[in-house]
Amino acid sequence: MTPQKLWRKPLDAEKIGLPKAEIHVITDLCKGCDFCIEFCPKKVLEKSNKLNKRGAYPPKVVDEDNCALCSFCTAICPEFAVFTIEKERREGSESGEKQ
Amino acid sequence: MNNKDLMLQHPLAKYLRQERMPHIWCEGCGNGILLNSFLEALDELQLDLDNIVVISGIGCIGRAAGYVNVDSFHTTHGRAIPFATGVKLANPQLKVVVISGDGDLFAIGGNHFIHAARRNVDIKVICANNFNYGMTGGQYGPTTPLEAWTTTTPYGNIEHPFNLVHLAAASGAVYAARWTTLQVRRLKASIKKALQKEGFSLIEVISPCPEIYDRYNKLGTAVEVMKWFKLVSEVHKAYDPAKAVITKNRIIIGEFVDIEKPSYGRLLREMTAQVKEDLEGENTK
Amino acid sequence: MAKNNKAVLTGTHFLSGDLACAEGALAAGCRFFGGYPITPATEIAERMARRLPQIGGIYIQMEDEIASIAAVIGASYAGKKAMTATSGPGFSLMQENIGLAVMTEAPLVIVDIMRGGPSTGQPTMPGQQDVMQAKWGSHGDYEIIALAPSSVQEMFDLTIECFNLAETFRVPVMLLADEIIGHMWERVEIPPSNEITIINRKKPVVPPREYHPFQPDDDLVPPMACFGEGYRFHATGLTHDEKGAPKTVSIPEQTKLVKRLCGKIRTNTDTIIQVKEVTLEDADVVVVAYGIASRAALSAVRKARTQGIKAGLLRLITIWPFPEKLVAQIAEQAKAIIVPEMNCGQLVREVERAAKTTPVSLLSKLGEEPHRPSEIVEAMRRM
Repeated sequence: MTPQKLWRKPLDAEKIGLPKAEIHVITDLCKGCDFCIEFCPKKVLEKSNKLNKRGAYPPKVVDEDNCALCSFCTAICPEFAVFTIEKERREGSESGEKQ
Repeated sequence: MNNKDLMLQHPLAKYLRQERMPHIWCEGCGNGILLNSFLEALDELQLDLDNIVVISGIGCIGRAAGYVNVDSFHTTHGRAIPFATGVKLANPQLKVVVISGDGDLFAIGGNHFIHAARRNVDIKVICANNFNYGMTGGQYGPTTPLEAWTTTTPYGNIEHPFNLVHLAAASGAVYAARWTTLQVRRLKASIKKALQKEGFSLIEVISPCPEIYDRYNKLGTAVEVMKWFKLVSEVHKAYDPAKAVITKNRIIIGEFVDIEKPSYGRLLREMTAQVKEDLEGENTK
Repeated sequence: MAKNNKAVLTGTHFLSGDLACAEGALAAGCRFFGGYPITPATEIAERMARRLPQIGGIYIQMEDEIASIAAVIGASYAGKKAMTATSGPGFSLMQENIGLAVMTEAPLVIVDIMRGGPSTGQPTMPGQQDVMQAKWGSHGDYEIIALAPSSVQEMFDLTIECFNLAETFRVPVMLLADEIIGHMWERVEIPPSNEITIINRKKPVVPPREYHPFQPDDDLVPPMACFGEGYRFHATGLTHDEKGAPKTVSIPEQTKLVKRLCGKIRTNTDTIIQVKEVTLEDADVVVVAYGIASRAALSAVRKARTQGIKAGLLRLITIWPFPEKLVAQIAEQAKAIIVPEMNCGQLVREVERAAKTTPVSLLSKLGEEPHRPSEIVEAMRRM
């Protein structure tokens, strides 16, 4: 049996839905270490080309929809410069609000 | 939203002295991650912030105390632990945390570390280990690996480094763990555990020093160092700390010691109560 | 008598100087002692180890004197009146953290029972060799308060005074005694506790949000919040502003802070300084002495008077801040000043500076033998 065959869509996927994230980057605090970009499991962030006042290129959000709200970026940021908020659940969610 | 308003919305905003941000640490320095994990631990435990004291020594990480929005004290070089001992014994209600570096805690402050561990004073020591003295520009210290290049080992380091978790275990700590700055979840869990445990605890945090030590030793960017951590970290439970020597190819991480033993403060209070009771008994005779 | 659950052992006792010092500390409200054994101050630690648990206080024997003073600063910031006791070698080790206590304005008491130095020197022999170290031992500019007891009773009384001064000015205060005073046994009167003046540090009167830990009142002393009281303040050995934030490159902040740290002592010298004057009114020859040497000096002055020499004694109880004005005044009317010291000449330099043109003569003694009154009388004759 290949691993793919073991993979199934959760039965309640339609009901639960996926969280919708709002990612905030406090650009002026960023020193450009890139940890959040590198270690995001969903590759939601990318280096921007906009220099901040500290002379660093902060990350920019390129794929917010793909964010799983694991908040690893928040936890690994040495500058307290990025955080995520659960905005609402996507379609299929029962309440549309955070449970 | 502007940056200032956004800063206040950060989930850890209330734990920081915002007016002192951004901190002084270099780009990619692990100190910020350590601080982040500590604040997350505080947040998750929902401890009364009025009863927490953060104490640090001298060095880059020594500034941590000044950034945390609790009672805090920045001591002289190496003396965070004996200062913390005085604080904890004088007011046992306080949760006393020492956040300092490998040089501060284990070279100039090494004697205090082993004795506080031996006494089992109820303080939590979180050590940022970046393998060198960063603040003074990258000299070798008690954790610098053999052969490493620093400004004071221009021909390579010929001193054997301390294995901090082994030292803690041998000295009597009730809790000793090691993580790298990549394992932020586990690090946070470890800090939470230590904060809820009675007795002397050491959490060693292997940390990148991209501007100084890592650059001198051609270890690459901060991201590359973090990737190296990922590659060589091996998580174990209750691994023999004596064998947890850090090498280029292997960093054993995890909890090495997790035992129960009455703290110095507890024994002191019990003794004091007994002395008073005996005296009162004698006086009524 | 050491078995007692009372902090103040009211009554008449026969005690050594070290023991009287410990009892003075307890009477003053000291409830934390962090120390390390060292001759000739060990008996203070021993007494504290026995007595503190009886009254709910904390004794801890640290791994060295550096740790001792660090723990004492910590205890002070956690709200306790705290003390350590040592002798020369330990006093040397404490110097860096004495600077930290000055910089962070930690009220505490350091007892130094002086012995012969330098280095390990003569542990069981008396000396007055740490006088200048008490003033200048830590790096940087600061002012310090140091009191010199000359009897066992004063070991008790002045230890209380040390705590009161420490709490008033938020400074480390030193009790500079010597081996003879420390080990000598004399009668001590301990008054009822309600007759002992106790001063406690002033506390903030503003809510935590408005509290700046290093913002002084008019007396240049900031009210002191302690850990766990909800003020959530930061203190650092770095140069800092009134909020406690490090100011490592600001020259105005450095100037302001250091001037205030010195100023809170300098502007209050008149209230701090204590001396004893003996027949100074018409004195031609004045002996300026402190500690053990002042006992022989007192006998010498009385003896000299019977021999027709107009002699007087200025006994310094406070040696730091040095009573410069007073010595200058006395020097104006005196023809000569004699300074007997158990060192090669330390406080004599301060006397010379204040006395200007009046001749000052040092009577130096080292080692086991303190000054004899006859030697001082002889010195008077020579002047």
